[in-house]
Amino acid sequence: MDVLTDNFSLYAEGFLGTVELTVYASALALVLGFLMASFRVAPVGSLRVFGTVWVTVLRNTPLTLLFFAVMLGLPRFGLVLPFELFAVLALGCYTSAFICEVLRSGINTVPRGQGEAARSLGMSFTQSLGTVVLPQAFRTVIPPIGSTLIALAKNSAIAGAFSVTELLGTYKTLSELGYNIVWTFVWIAVGYLIITLTISVLFNVLEKRWGVAR
Amino acid sequence: MAVVDPLIELRGVNKHYGTLHVLQSIDLTVGRGEVVVVIGPSGSGKSTLCRAMNRLESVESGEIVIDGRPLPEEGKALARLRAEVGMVFQSFNLFAHKTVLANVSLAQIKVRRRKKEEADRRSRELLDRVGLAAHADKFPAQLSGGQQQRVAIARALAMDPKALLFDEPTSALDPEMINEVLDVMRQLAHEGMTMVVVTHEMGFARSAANRVVFMADGRIVEDRAPEDFFTTPRSERAKDFLSKILTH
Repeated sequence: MDVLTDNFSLYAEGFLGTVELTVYASALALVLGFLMASFRVAPVGSLRVFGTVWVTVLRNTPLTLLFFAVMLGLPRFGLVLPFELFAVLALGCYTSAFICEVLRSGINTVPRGQGEAARSLGMSFTQSLGTVVLPQAFRTVIPPIGSTLIALAKNSAIAGAFSVTELLGTYKTLSELGYNIVWTFVWIAVGYLIITLTISVLFNVLEKRWGVAR
Repeated sequence: MAVVDPLIELRGVNKHYGTLHVLQSIDLTVGRGEVVVVIGPSGSGKSTLCRAMNRLESVESGEIVIDGRPLPEEGKALARLRAEVGMVFQSFNLFAHKTVLANVSLAQIKVRRRKKEEADRRSRELLDRVGLAAHADKFPAQLSGGQQQRVAIARALAMDPKALLFDEPTSALDPEMINEVLDVMRQLAHEGMTMVVVTHEMGFARSAANRVVFMADGRIVEDRAPEDFFTTPRSERAKDFLSKILTH
């Protein structure tokens, strides 16, 4: 218990770092994932190819490797950003590939006739996707999107290895200070639990509110 | 058959599904105000023909002209044209997440850029016309099949289309609901709407159609006035088809 009370501000700082990473990267992942899913079902061939390449590359790259690529690669092209931002970029892009596929499977659960009816009324691709198909797809993808964002929250621990302040990274300081390693990790785990359970609760509420009525 | 004022024209239209030649050099002209019923055995290409008319199915060769303009490729121009040609589907395809009223109003607002109040007013008029004004605030799943199909007709009419395409509109309905849909369609035909109807309802073909088009194996085999077709079919294929459906 001493570990927590003695070092509360250190824990709090790490906890907030992880929360920030999770929130910003989630926002980026959702926006990019949405965009890529639209690309992958678009009537324009080049957009479909772009979406497919995006998903294939990001989904099949180990996240740590992606962090290295972003943190060491982008500065070579003259793009120098704070490490926090690089971390959000890497996490967000990586997770967007999974969000894209979740959304696409949701789109595939909406009967083909719904989109056809919308188009037969003269609605454009964007209109039929936005007002008819996605609102119905949204209901079925709430649970898997929740899982993907929980995975994102835990993946954010990798950022700690790149000197970004986050929850898991606090263990280094604490073990140097000689605290019991087991209790250090117990409190770190509790911190992650708070974040992931919050995401669970949020998505349970969303599912109750918007989920498919049965 | 000579048509005075053509609205929909197909010339030499071809389409394959893999090796199946589903539309074989189709020539068909539908005049303004005409009701053309397309019949034929399943797999004859009649649904594909109907869906090709607003390019829900693309075709490989040939020309499709709507009201003097060739059917455009995918894009804004195609969307504009589709708004002029309404479509009613076998499986209704009402937007499951929207109320009946919103179903009829949606495209008026998004495509015709009408104000919501104006669109809703028009929707209620049309729902009243198909006898469903009382159900405006329900969701599609709360209605019977016949009611859903009448909403779908109101939704298509809300765009003030020049023509309506019906792709087997009564095939998914229980027998006792077929007539409520056919009555609405008869009324539309009577009011001079241009209609292409793919159906198995021979009674409707006799009572409402100007012409019957009989298709088999991707070809138009006969294109004649309904009475002539039903009493004296010329082709063996049509005789065979009619003997199977009229005697049981």
